[in-house]
Amino acid sequence: MNSAAKSKGEIAFHLLGIAAVSIALLALCALLIDIISSGYSKVSLDFITSYPSRRPANAGIAAALVGSLYLMLLTACFSLPLGVGAAVYLEEYATENKFSKLIELNIANLAGVPSIIYGILGLQLFVRYANLERSLLAGAFTMSLLILPIIIIASREAIRRVPDSIRQAAFALGATRWEMIRDQVIPAAFPGIMTGCILAFSRAIGETAPLITLGALTYIAFLPDGLLSPFGALPIQAFNWISRPQAAFHDNAAGAIIILLTVLLSMNIIAVVLRGRFQKKFAT
Amino acid sequence: MEQVQTISHAGISLAELKEKCIHAIFLFCGCVSIFTTIGIVLVLALEGAFFFQEVPLTEFLFGTEWTPLFFNKSFGILPLVCGTLLTSAVALCVALPLGLIIAIYLSEFASSRARSVLKPTMEVLAGIPTVVYGYFALLYVTPLLQKIFPELLGFNALSPGLVMGIMILPMVASLSEDAIYAVPGSLRQGAYALGAGKLQTIFGVILPAAFGGIAASFILAMSRAVGETMIVAIAAGQQPQLTLNVFEPVETMTAFIVQVSLGDTPHGTLAYRTIFAVGGALFVLTFLLNSLSLWIRGRYQERYTG
Repeated sequence: MNSAAKSKGEIAFHLLGIAAVSIALLALCALLIDIISSGYSKVSLDFITSYPSRRPANAGIAAALVGSLYLMLLTACFSLPLGVGAAVYLEEYATENKFSKLIELNIANLAGVPSIIYGILGLQLFVRYANLERSLLAGAFTMSLLILPIIIIASREAIRRVPDSIRQAAFALGATRWEMIRDQVIPAAFPGIMTGCILAFSRAIGETAPLITLGALTYIAFLPDGLLSPFGALPIQAFNWISRPQAAFHDNAAGAIIILLTVLLSMNIIAVVLRGRFQKKFAT
Repeated sequence: MEQVQTISHAGISLAELKEKCIHAIFLFCGCVSIFTTIGIVLVLALEGAFFFQEVPLTEFLFGTEWTPLFFNKSFGILPLVCGTLLTSAVALCVALPLGLIIAIYLSEFASSRARSVLKPTMEVLAGIPTVVYGYFALLYVTPLLQKIFPELLGFNALSPGLVMGIMILPMVASLSEDAIYAVPGSLRQGAYALGAGKLQTIFGVILPAAFGGIAASFILAMSRAVGETMIVAIAAGQQPQLTLNVFEPVETMTAFIVQVSLGDTPHGTLAYRTIFAVGGALFVLTFLLNSLSLWIRGRYQERYTG
């Protein structure tokens, strides 16, 4: 009887949904178009290989880009083993008790702590107590703590998707728990773990607030030459240029953002490819 | 499984020792997250204690002026809290309704082809670094809004709030969609069997059943907005003031921490220690919101699994 009226409501809601999605997509397009149109003329080999300068036309991102890449590599070295280790512990060793519940709850809560709080932690713990100064190492430690919850959560999911039959087969052949984990579970879960980790590393490369709190440098005219060297980073450099009054520096910021987004995009493509491989492996 | 392991290596104590060591290493990895939490709490509490030796807690919590970097210092955090809540409120006005509508649209209306395109695209929005959103808010959205509202100042709460809303939108949409997805199919089929239409089923059965998960996602969004730093540090200004006017510049708790970190305030001074007090307040606020969100989600899961 009132099915016509109902379907009108349905159509209206369907349109509302499309409108809502369109708003989000429009915002994304506006953002990308704005940044590309202001920054594309900046992106050149000169821009990538030059150091900061007071004159916007000469300024480049060499130190920031290299700093960001070093920072990410170091962060990966610390956070990957720790995060995967924690995930293995929770999935393969821990029995359901209060302690493992506490760790789980704690990880879920840490994942929601604002990144700037990690910056304060790093400032006090690594820069001051451990006397690492404002070095690459202090930055990488801080970033590792920040992305650890993401890595643990993603790795646990990947490990959980490894079929139990594989574990039982390994035990049946006489493997110890560690041999089973090393030779079966981790290799099988590896693409899934890497997918989650690459997404976590891309989070680390885009983070700005903790590095500002740590005191990463914005005006740095050399490449980092060791673990204890001061460093710059792409998002910090972009932030520095955004906060200057001259419009020419804003275009530099857009240029730096284009490079940053390109790095992120390539990392995401790698993650998607890995995910595709992983899904195929256990598809049948 | 435990038994198999002990039988196969009975008597080989070296191998057992190795297994035990490896177990301990993994246990240590698992504990790092606990150490992190303890570290955060200790750092904030120790440095905050120095701060509260000189500033009474009541002044900090209820004072209405925040001028720690001026000659005449006052330490009332309310203006910063006000700025934080104002920008967050604007963000939530964007993210909650749009996020929920998108979640319903994706789970109930969109074709599977549309879903497979839209979901990764939304993930892109979530993956964009916040400094990029800050650029967008200050140099694109604010000038655009100034054409509509000429009285809008260069730094204001509105533009970063709106952009922050777009930033947390994917999170709300994806978590709410998970909650809707988790509603047992039997409820839906029951509603249809009783002759309910699609909208009646959605609003009368599915949304109430998914309420816990949706509420959890809303609260998590609130926590994200409160803790968001770069967008507000870039586009909201650095003027702590008690105002509900979104056209005016405000300073959030996070933006204040950035301001002190960038400035030349000497380490060890009272003005410098404010970042630990403000950081502590921020941590407590987000911790409460996160815990509330987790608690609601936990309760809600029990309802359908137990």
